[in-house]
Amino acid sequence: MLDSNKDSLKLEAMKRIVAMMARGKNASDLFPAVVKNVACKNIEVKKLVYVYLVRYAEEQQDLALLSISTFQRGLKDPNQLIRASALRVLSSIRVTIIIPIMMLAIKDAASDMSPYVRKTAAHAIPKLYSLDPEQKEPLIEVIEKLLADKTTLVAGSVVMAFEGVCPERIDLIHKNYRKLCNLLIDVEEWGQVVIINMLTRYARTQFLNPNANEVLLEEGEEKEFYGSDEEEGKEEKVEKKKPYVMDPDHRLLLRNTKPLLQSRNAAVVMAVAQLYFHLAPKAEVGVTAKALVRLLRSHSEVQFVVLQNVATMSIKRKGMFETYLKSFYIRSTDPTQIKVLKLEVLTNLATETSISIILREFQTYIKSMDKDFVAATIQAIGRCATNIGEVRDTCLNGLVQLLSNRDELVVAESVVVIKKLLQMQPEQHSDIIKHMAKLIENIQVPMARASILWLIGEYCEHVPKIAPDVLRKMAKSFTSEEDIVKLQILNLAAKLYLTNSKQTKLLTQYVLNLAKYDQNYDIRDRARFIRQLIVPTDKGGALSKYAKKLFLALKPAPILESPFKDRDHFQLGSLSHLLNVKAGGYQELPDWPETAPDPSVRNVEVMDAVETVLDPVLAFRQVPEWTKSSSREKRKEKKKVEKPFYSDSEDESRLTESADSDSNTGSGSESSSATEESDSGSKSEDSGGESESEQQEKPNRKADKSSRAQRVTQETGDSERSSGEERRTAKKTTEPRSESESEEEGKESSSESSESESESETESKEESEPDTEAKRNAKKKAITPRAPDKPREEKQEVSLLDLDDFDLNPSPRVNPVNSFMSSSLVADLEGLSLTHSALPPPTISPTFSSLKTYELLHRLTGEGLAVGYCFGRQPFVRDPHMVTVQIQFTNHMDTEARNLRVREPRLQSGMRIKEFPEIEVLPPGETVTTVMGIDFCDSTQAANFQLCTHTRKFCVSIQPPVGELMAPVFMLENEFKKEQGQLMGMNEIKETLVLGEACQSDYAIVQRVTAAANVGQVPCGSDQEYSSTPPPCSPLVSRFAGKTMTSNSLVLVTVITKRDRTAQLTVNCEKMVIGTMLVKDILHALSQ
Amino acid sequence: MIHSLFLVNSSGDIFLEKHWKSVVSRSVCDYFFEAQERASEPENVPPVIPTPHHYLISVLRHRIYFVAVIQSEVPPLFVIEFLHRVVDTFQDYFGVCTEAAIKDNVVVVYELLEEMLDNGFPLATESNILKELIKPPTILRTVVNTITGSTNVGEQLPTGQLSVVPWRRTGVKYTNNEAYFDVVEEIDAIIDKSGSTITAEIQGVIDACVKLSGMPDLTLSFMNPRLLDDVSFHPCVRFKRWEAERILSFIPPDGNFRLLSYHVSSQNLVAIPVYVKHNITFREGSSQGRFELTLGPKQTMGKAVESVLVSSQLPRGVLNVNLNPSQGTYTFDPVTKLLSWDVGKINPQKLPSLKGSMSLQAGASKPDENPTINIQFKIQQMAISGLKVNRLDMYGEKYKPFKGIKYMTKAGKVPEGRRDEAALP
Repeated sequence: MLDSNKDSLKLEAMKRIVAMMARGKNASDLFPAVVKNVACKNIEVKKLVYVYLVRYAEEQQDLALLSISTFQRGLKDPNQLIRASALRVLSSIRVTIIIPIMMLAIKDAASDMSPYVRKTAAHAIPKLYSLDPEQKEPLIEVIEKLLADKTTLVAGSVVMAFEGVCPERIDLIHKNYRKLCNLLIDVEEWGQVVIINMLTRYARTQFLNPNANEVLLEEGEEKEFYGSDEEEGKEEKVEKKKPYVMDPDHRLLLRNTKPLLQSRNAAVVMAVAQLYFHLAPKAEVGVTAKALVRLLRSHSEVQFVVLQNVATMSIKRKGMFETYLKSFYIRSTDPTQIKVLKLEVLTNLATETSISIILREFQTYIKSMDKDFVAATIQAIGRCATNIGEVRDTCLNGLVQLLSNRDELVVAESVVVIKKLLQMQPEQHSDIIKHMAKLIENIQVPMARASILWLIGEYCEHVPKIAPDVLRKMAKSFTSEEDIVKLQILNLAAKLYLTNSKQTKLLTQYVLNLAKYDQNYDIRDRARFIRQLIVPTDKGGALSKYAKKLFLALKPAPILESPFKDRDHFQLGSLSHLLNVKAGGYQELPDWPETAPDPSVRNVEVMDAVETVLDPVLAFRQVPEWTKSSSREKRKEKKKVEKPFYSDSEDESRLTESADSDSNTGSGSESSSATEESDSGSKSEDSGGESESEQQEKPNRKADKSSRAQRVTQETGDSERSSGEERRTAKKTTEPRSESESEEEGKESSSESSESESESETESKEESEPDTEAKRNAKKKAITPRAPDKPREEKQEVSLLDLDDFDLNPSPRVNPVNSFMSSSLVADLEGLSLTHSALPPPTISPTFSSLKTYELLHRLTGEGLAVGYCFGRQPFVRDPHMVTVQIQFTNHMDTEARNLRVREPRLQSGMRIKEFPEIEVLPPGETVTTVMGIDFCDSTQAANFQLCTHTRKFCVSIQPPVGELMAPVFMLENEFKKEQGQLMGMNEIKETLVLGEACQSDYAIVQRVTAAANVGQVPCGSDQEYSSTPPPCSPLVSRFAGKTMTSNSLVLVTVITKRDRTAQLTVNCEKMVIGTMLVKDILHALSQ
Repeated sequence: MIHSLFLVNSSGDIFLEKHWKSVVSRSVCDYFFEAQERASEPENVPPVIPTPHHYLISVLRHRIYFVAVIQSEVPPLFVIEFLHRVVDTFQDYFGVCTEAAIKDNVVVVYELLEEMLDNGFPLATESNILKELIKPPTILRTVVNTITGSTNVGEQLPTGQLSVVPWRRTGVKYTNNEAYFDVVEEIDAIIDKSGSTITAEIQGVIDACVKLSGMPDLTLSFMNPRLLDDVSFHPCVRFKRWEAERILSFIPPDGNFRLLSYHVSSQNLVAIPVYVKHNITFREGSSQGRFELTLGPKQTMGKAVESVLVSSQLPRGVLNVNLNPSQGTYTFDPVTKLLSWDVGKINPQKLPSLKGSMSLQAGASKPDENPTINIQFKIQQMAISGLKVNRLDMYGEKYKPFKGIKYMTKAGKVPEGRRDEAALP
């Protein structure tokens, strides 16, 4: 039929052949006939022929060659899908002769236009590698090339190839690390699993252990960690105690994987969970628990694997799953293997508080009909009893009650467990031993009998009367016992002989004689040994006097441990972990490095690569109100990015919605900025930097340099404030970079060891500005090899001042704010031309330098510890409803202050506090800043709490001004008017005022209002608001918008300035109390 | 990654094999059969079995074992998840996933498997893409195919794989544009003998059947999204939108799919819609036991409890039962000792009950296990957690779709009354 001309007949024939293959029948005889049809026009026939070829080509290599030319033709087809499928089949045919052809095809396809073909090329790489490992080197080149690919389609497959061919070449990842992190969320789910697993390994080699401090503390107790060279060791310890600053790339990875916990694919969730387990700081691992518990409702196979992993995790991080205890309760319909695993987890989770409910659960399980499970439960009770001392007696009693159970298996298992428990405190429980001695007549299970005998022998002194009797009975039935029981009878006999030889001498002799002729050589051996040892003979028997010591030595109680105890050295979620055996191809999870390798290797030098990298990050992180503000930049970026990511599509749709109004305002604000350039040249670049290309920017910058330096040192602030609005819009793209820049700045400035930060920064800036990128990098590299530790530490010191915790936000000190601002500004300007080394951190920094510091604890009342706070005005990262409060501790004492922390918050109902991480040590004279979040529930009630040091407690309270209870909202003028229209009547408060002396200019008004309240200015279509000379007669309107933190209700502020120094202030807010208070505050601010 | 796949039926025959790399002899399955023999129940076969050269990872669905052979380290969940995806795809294609269905469509199955994996690495697992590649068999198409000789394989090449929304096929056209959403919630509860709840939790899913032309962009909002504690999404859902506004915004795949599954936070008290009164006693020495069971509705907001099915595993000592149901029918399997009672609908006026006696093995002592009672039920038009969909909007297309939402509550996999009876003299 295959030779027929009709496609339908061919198809029928092929279908039959495929059916044969499916059933496992050999169809290789037909190979010549089938191969002829490879060029068939009918797609289905073609596909089936491909299926056939792939299956049998290996066996018929010569004939398979006939088909190659067809594929080669296919590789040149204009249709990308045909190219891809040709490559796919070509690479699947395992014929060694065509290796060079495959190699060529892969190389070609790797630079194909279509990402789909490139993906297929990535798939083909491991195929070729398995066929001929000698092609490794050229294949690595291809992998390297494909790794640089920017499309999500390719990413998963190429990492797969990387893992298959050269998992040890971690250096290939450096340049692509950030890109992979950022693409991750859009990669198809299978690729995500592979990438996450690979990145876990990568991160383990590149970053420092976030839990290093704790590990050190734990280990320090057990053994001298740096015992050998003490001085060095001490030094290192001190260094390590310094607050750990997470590498921003490390943070990026954690942040970008977190949303994947919500994936429907269990493998992805597990991969993220293991990533967090292996990489995240202890406190953050908990986020994965919920997702893992969710997987427990999936198919039983999934449950099985997840429970295995949970069991391992629950040993190390008990707290993680405690709240989900009930999810591990066993259901009667669970398969036994699941039941046993759940039991394991429950046992691991048992603590003093939860043990009583767990034991009650266990009691029900014992009545189950599944006997294996019952046995496991009894063992679990035993383990609970050993781990938690308080319940040992309860457990023991419960187990003794089980001894009267009718089921022999239950009894036997209890006996074994009781034996272990009794070993811990035998003195108090001689009655239990007696009871068990009676049981021996009924119990048939050998292990249980042996256990009882052992117990009686071991503690025969506690039961002097019964023991010989038991031995008598046992001697009677000796021949019919199992081997382990026989051994224990011998043991018992020997022990009794030693303690009570009068009564048992003859019995022992008898037993030994019986054993002498036993079939089992172990028993014969043991009998001979015991006889020589204990029965005094004429030949002296040097050992016999030690016999008592040998037999009746105190034995250490056994420790009942979880079988999952040491499994975590395998990467969680891996096959090796599941089997607890190293599987083939398993890549060991490396230990954390002592010092972090140079992070600059991950810097991407290519300009537009950064653009693409930034794009998804932003899209991903943005809070909705920002998206519009950034749409301008977005659009520009989009042009550069070849292919929009999926996560962008939303923005795109939004963009079209607001396109009209947006473009208006966009041009408006740009033009307004142009008019202002006379004031400060910097602004042109703020907006210009976004749109202009690098070359255009450079001359500009040079010209600005002097003015900028001046501005920085003088810190007039005006220029900044006026540019504030634009900055806010521009912030989106520039800010993230600027922080990373400032960090680098810090590195440099500290290496130059100049005194004032702001100066040094500008200096170093100026110095480095003419430098090309290459020089810059070279410089950095030059530092690193000399003292690999040094730059890192220095950076830490600086970041102490500047970027206290990367996750939270930078620089809360009032004074340094300026320098920080300037540095970020400088960075803004340079932003685009430099290598955007670090990733964008998640915060917007305060727009205004006018952060007011309030006193929390005076240095006198605080006995030398002064604490101030200010409102950071950034969104609190961990909870959008919280107000960020930056707290600054200064130690004026001569001694260290230790363990600074928050305790016993006494809050109004509904208020919540997110405490700052405990500050372990604050050396005298030092200042530390930290951040906490407080949800004030939109009220100005104070949050009271205690601030504790290692010696003292101070009651303090933070009372927010009403203006700090809100966050700026970006909206357009017409939106503003619309919203305002809805908040009329009761919600509107109007007030007329006379502007203060200093409040003549519009800048001043904007500045005053934004200082009084955390609101954002609404950009206006016309430029009149900004121009310094308002056109006469027309009143000047400034609008501001914000929303309250907790309830997200809008706060709209309008200031209408009239010519005669009067102004009308209008506040529209749903919450009237807030509105009234805000009016008062702003009034006060403006009329001063 | 995945080397080969073997399908094994319940009687232990390999009825299909597929290899993606070099052929692995089917004798590798002997290890699997060995493990199968050792396991007392079919579901007790360990999912991962190590053999000297390979590892076998298996899932059991519809009484068919899907055994994947792998050779080197790979996350086991990866394979398990993929196998389940294969089963789901088969079910999607053939309606059922039975041995017969697979054997009948062996060519389609083979084509599917070929597309789903390339060299053991998943390639196309989205059903929308697969359907574009290989058309699912329908009766009409089979007839047409035999007459005209045309094929199941899509003529045009799949474009979905290349697009930014890989889960949706392009160029969809319907005359009736419809979008249906089913909110299905399941209660899992363990109740002790006194009727107090030990654990109770609600899981829900929203299954969608979307048949809309073009590229619609849907948003679905809830009246009370705070109820949803833990959610997992279809990849089409925009995560950040959910994070920020608690709105589901997505471009749906074409056809049936699971939009979201969620867990209702445990803070909310779960009201169990049915209660059971029971009295099961065995008397020492006598070979008779008494059995009494009454069901009743509780907090169902006036909705009827339907398709009630009660099952209980009686102790081994029970030889037979002689019961009298007030409604429905009951069956008792003397071998497995499984009692099941198909109640049907609960009438609140006349509560269904099952009474009678059990005969025990003569001379056997009183069984000390307490039977557990499992109850299955359904309540239409109610989501027990109170979750309500607020509205569904569509952007991107001009036509007005027909929208429908259905709520249903049912008992989860194992809602159970665990009885813990005191022994009677």
